Amino acid sequence: MAKGHVIEPETESNDGRRPPRAVVGSHRIEEEMFGRAFDNNIIRRIWAFVRPYRAMVIISVAALMIFTGTQLLIPLIIRYAIDHAMTSAGADRSALLAAAEAFGLTILVNFGAAYTQETAVGKMAENVLFDIRRAMFGHLQKVSLSFMDKTEVGRLMSRLQGDVYAIHEFLETSIYSVADFALLFGIVFVMLYLDFRLGLLTLSVLPALVIIRIVWLPRARHAFMAAHETNSVVNGALAEAIHGVRTIQSMHRQQVNFMLYDDKAHANLRAHLIAARCAQVMVPIVDGLTGLAMAVMIAVGGSMVMNGRIDVGVLVAYLFYIQRFFDPIRSLTLQYSVMQRAMASGKRLTDVLDVKIEVQDKPGARVLSPEMGGSVEFRNVTFGYEPNRPVLKNVSFRVDPGETVALVGPTGSGKSSAMALVRRLYDVQQGQVLVGGHDVRDLTQESLGGQIAMVLQEPFLFTGTVFDNIRYHKTDATRDKVIEAAKALCAHDFIMSLANGYEAELGERGGNLSLGQRQLISFARALVADAKILVLDEATANIDSYTEILIQKALRKLLEDRTGLVIAHRLATIRGADRIIVLQNGQVIETGNHDQLMAMDGFYSKLYNLNYASFDDIPEEKLHTIALAGSRT
Amino acid sequence: MSNAIGTATNALNSSTHAEATRRGRGLNTLLRITRMNLRHPRQVAFAFCSTIGAVILQLLIPQLLGRAVDQTQLAIGDGVTGTTAEQALWTPALLLLGVSALRGLFTMAQNYFAEAVGHHVAYELRLACYDKIQRLSFSYHDRVHSGDLIMLGILDLDGVRTYFSNALVRVLLLSMLIGIGAYTMISTDPVLGLVALSFVPFVAWRSSVTQLRLRATWLDLQERLSVLSRVMEENLAGIRVVRAFSAQAYEMLKFDRASKNALDRAHDQVDVSVPNTSATTLSFFFAMGLVLWIGCNKLIAGDITVGTLATFLTFMTILQMPVRQIGLMVNAFARASTCGSRLFALLDQDIAIRDAPGARPLEISEGILRFDNVSFAYPGTENRAILKNISFEARRGETIAIVGPPGSGKSTMAHLIPRFYDVSGGAITIDGHDIRGITLATLRKMVAVAQQDAFLFTTTIENNIAYGDPWAREQRIERASESAQLHNYILSLPSGYETVVGERGASLSGGQRQRLTIARTMMLRPSIVVFDDSTAAIDGATEQRIRAAIRRFAKDRVTIIIAHRLSLLTHADQILFVDNGEIVERGTHQELLAKRGRYKGLHDLQLRPGDDNAIANGGVT
Ligand SMILES: Nc1ncnc2c1ncn2[C@@H]1O[C@H](COP(=O)(O)OP(=O)(O)OP(=O)(O)O)[C@@H](O)[C@H]1O
Ligand SMILES: Nc1ncnc2c1ncn2[C@@H]1O[C@H](COP(=O)(O)OP(=O)(O)OP(=O)(O)O)[C@@H](O)[C@H]1O
Ligand SMILES: [Mg+2]
Ligand SMILES: [Mg+2]
Repeated sequence: MAKGHVIEPETESNDGRRPPRAVVGSHRIEEEMFGRAFDNNIIRRIWAFVRPYRAMVIISVAALMIFTGTQLLIPLIIRYAIDHAMTSAGADRSALLAAAEAFGLTILVNFGAAYTQETAVGKMAENVLFDIRRAMFGHLQKVSLSFMDKTEVGRLMSRLQGDVYAIHEFLETSIYSVADFALLFGIVFVMLYLDFRLGLLTLSVLPALVIIRIVWLPRARHAFMAAHETNSVVNGALAEAIHGVRTIQSMHRQQVNFMLYDDKAHANLRAHLIAARCAQVMVPIVDGLTGLAMAVMIAVGGSMVMNGRIDVGVLVAYLFYIQRFFDPIRSLTLQYSVMQRAMASGKRLTDVLDVKIEVQDKPGARVLSPEMGGSVEFRNVTFGYEPNRPVLKNVSFRVDPGETVALVGPTGSGKSSAMALVRRLYDVQQGQVLVGGHDVRDLTQESLGGQIAMVLQEPFLFTGTVFDNIRYHKTDATRDKVIEAAKALCAHDFIMSLANGYEAELGERGGNLSLGQRQLISFARALVADAKILVLDEATANIDSYTEILIQKALRKLLEDRTGLVIAHRLATIRGADRIIVLQNGQVIETGNHDQLMAMDGFYSKLYNLNYASFDDIPEEKLHTIALAGSRT
Repeated sequence: MSNAIGTATNALNSSTHAEATRRGRGLNTLLRITRMNLRHPRQVAFAFCSTIGAVILQLLIPQLLGRAVDQTQLAIGDGVTGTTAEQALWTPALLLLGVSALRGLFTMAQNYFAEAVGHHVAYELRLACYDKIQRLSFSYHDRVHSGDLIMLGILDLDGVRTYFSNALVRVLLLSMLIGIGAYTMISTDPVLGLVALSFVPFVAWRSSVTQLRLRATWLDLQERLSVLSRVMEENLAGIRVVRAFSAQAYEMLKFDRASKNALDRAHDQVDVSVPNTSATTLSFFFAMGLVLWIGCNKLIAGDITVGTLATFLTFMTILQMPVRQIGLMVNAFARASTCGSRLFALLDQDIAIRDAPGARPLEISEGILRFDNVSFAYPGTENRAILKNISFEARRGETIAIVGPPGSGKSTMAHLIPRFYDVSGGAITIDGHDIRGITLATLRKMVAVAQQDAFLFTTTIENNIAYGDPWAREQRIERASESAQLHNYILSLPSGYETVVGERGASLSGGQRQRLTIARTMMLRPSIVVFDDSTAAIDGATEQRIRAAIRRFAKDRVTIIIAHRLSLLTHADQILFVDNGEIVERGTHQELLAKRGRYKGLHDLQLRPGDDNAIANGGVT
């Protein structure tokens, strides 16, 4: 058996072959569903964010109408001026003056309208963008941890940072679409009004356009969506490389990753080129149809002029309007891709906003006050992250204020999960968790968090000063309290040795501290929280025994009137606990204090002896019997 | 409360503030982006040619229309009606159709190639950024927040991508229109022509001023968005802490503050760019009004014909749309120059750790690792010595153990061997070669570090174990996970080795994560291996078995084990007790016990926890 474990070098070829077991980024394009072209639901959701700014929308639409009006007015004024300049020389200077005045007025109104409209739209779009982001962020503060466990930060960030801009773009352009539609209808009306038959003749090219669009739409939509999706694929892969860069360098994966990333980036490029082609293919079609309409107009309208059926002026006006008529159609075509992007993004945004909040305050939930005491009780708790894979099975125990209880057990036996239930980070499947005598589901989460201070197994620190980290969100904590906590944890000295002491800036995740130091700071953060219940999940795993003993002495005093829940693998850490609960495979298999458990000669005593009786080698066979239990969990 | 948040966000602000982006001069950046665009000469040429074609055809259309109308009028004037005249109309009609369709094709080509150039540049930049990020040394990543880098990849890249289509092609379009117009107009009537073009200098001046101001607000906005993105990123990454402390309200305040900061700037930006656009259009219309006024007067005076005036006005109508887009163009310039300078700041970053000129591949002969009077301080805090005069030697097959209090420099020592950082003094040698003279690729292949704070990837367990050797065979993966005591657990999962672990291993317990890290390290075939506190979260029984596996793994390698639990170290050939960056005790387990120093103190503590004598001994300095 022993030999089997030796990993002998093998020569495996990596002659440019794609490695079979390598991927970058976790996002696959097939995962995401392609949304519908124009999803009413999404539009409604976006509208809900625009609603508060509807005054701005109304103003900008009104301004836009005025703007369009002035645009149409200008040619008329010009014609008026020229007509009068032409007719009787010298006589009509007053008309010219009037025209000049009208022109001046019109362009001022035009200026004002453009200014108002663009400012209003620009600011409205920014506001909506920030509001959507805030709504998503706020929602993410509430969604259950099981969702967050499964979702990468990078993917959420790409929604919070990238997708919101697609909505922004959409809002900015959709105002113009409104104007385009208005223009379109206006022109159709004028054309039919000027001459009904000619008008119909011009509009006769429209069915062709409709048919072409029907053929074009599904393809284009697919191309746009695909391009959009590949963006998040490459962004996700990039985020992964940024977060995991230390491991990547250490494992020397740069080349393989680069090759795989190149595939994704290239797919992204291709998808975008296809989308661009799809978007642009409509341009010559629309232009060709414009040309066709004009040609028909000249041939038919021209002969009508010759036959005296219409005036030349009407023909000229028609030709002018035909050009104008296709302008909005062209820009609406281009806006279609913007709309598609917005739909795709909107889908992803609403997906986030629609994540169900599983762990939620009940209506009328009670506030856990310090007076209720800090007892913690598990009553036949069964819990699992997936429905039929329980991590904790029928676990019951009770811890009273002033008591310190230790949880031990092999790795993966469910200790951290049990602690997460105390704070109700997840909801139990069966049974009850009670804090202060109340089911945690009947308490407000806010007050529950206020009474429980946790040192999580993985210390997470925020960028900012040491001081701000220790008093995290307890902003009324004084400097003295912070220093007191640091001193109790033997962290004061190392903090003072940092460049600015307590004002020293920490890097991302506290990266400029050693892991043990990070652990001490996160420990101090829990002490400053000054809660009734203290949960220490491997709080001193990365700290040497000497420091640990000093911490424990300080803790003993601190825990006198609090409830202590301690998890540790180093049994020395928990020897002094009032009670020790041994978990294995999610079940409580032994409880008692150290001496009782040693006397029981069960799992605990075996572990203890194994760990501390001898530093010498333990024979394989003996190991086998004891450790097998651990490795199974 | 809000004050505290203020300092918190300020802190975020200053940590990587501006990262030398302000250094990049706007114009240089734009030139550089332009050069990147020109690296696709074929597409650029197509884009430019079709732009030119489209402009010419567009100018042709009004002329054709005019001619067709004239033709009908002439026909009426001549009294030639009937089928021949009607048939004569077919020529201009067909011509118009052809020109329109052709213009459409050219426009399509213009838009497509302009976008294609942008996408190709974006693709190259993406790869360059990815490559650079992967290769930049630890000290850079210590300094720069990952949220900032992600934003570079999302927002800044986009700003550079749209530069070609929104800025360069528009410049060509506009200058062509204005150029052709200026030529025809000035040649027909110099005075009126100059009047018609009077808006150009104003617009040019106005735009360049705005461009600079926009650039400043863009830079600032981008910085503020970075702060916001850091707030969000940290919140999501640290969501467990946020929840555990019920700090959602506090986090919302932090977010709102950063968000409002950014929103204010975004509004400022609208306030800077909109007046420019409207003023541009106003000045254009003003010029048009002047043309009309002076033109009509001239017309009245009989200096010009209606036709001339009509040409002028038609031309100005054609110009109207492009002029309105000048604002967008200016915006695109400003955005590209800010985004570009941020991106180039990353791409131009010196890689602190790289192959020295003439570096040679590492060939292990005897396999002796030596620390020779090594001292070290982290870049940025040079006056805080982390390691001082560290010397030791380890041969193949030997195990060196390192113990010491938190922050004593153990992990730092481990990070120096694969050159994650370079020593500040002294040298590390392998078989007598200074590692700074060895190629990084071979060095890192030969040195494996199971990091204390390991990062797991969001992929299957199997891929994670095979991360360092993605060509590995299944049996090897299984053997590694057996060694790390993970195999049985993995088999108990419904999807076994195909189970996807959450980000950073979120769906695993602490001990399972560590065992996965051990397995991953055992997949490599290094000559030197470091286990940095790799069993801290693993129970004693499992640890014993892993310990046995590690010893087998260590047989023909140099092994360095960092641990707090002494049981892992007793068999080491040499134990180094490090405190405050110095080796304060060294020797074998027995020797150190005999010394009755700090190691002995620790040992006693772990044997007899709670013993006050032991505490006293442990405190010996
Ligand atoms: N977020 C999660 N999603 C899914 N499964 C999880 C999650 N967290 C833990 N698990 C699984 O639940 C089981 C119990 O995990 P838990 O973290 O409670 O163990 P633990 O006793 O704290 O172990 P350790 O001593 O290694 O920290 C493990 O098998 C683990 O893989
Ligand atoms: N990236 C960094 N930038 C600046 N200083 C750092 C950085 N990483 C660590 N330090 C500092 O260097 C010192 C040594 O850190 P190191 O991580 O080597 O300690 P360690 O001995 O491994 O401690 P632990 O037992 O807690 O893991 C600490 O004081 C720490 O604050
Ligand atoms: Mg745990
Ligand atoms: Mg360390």
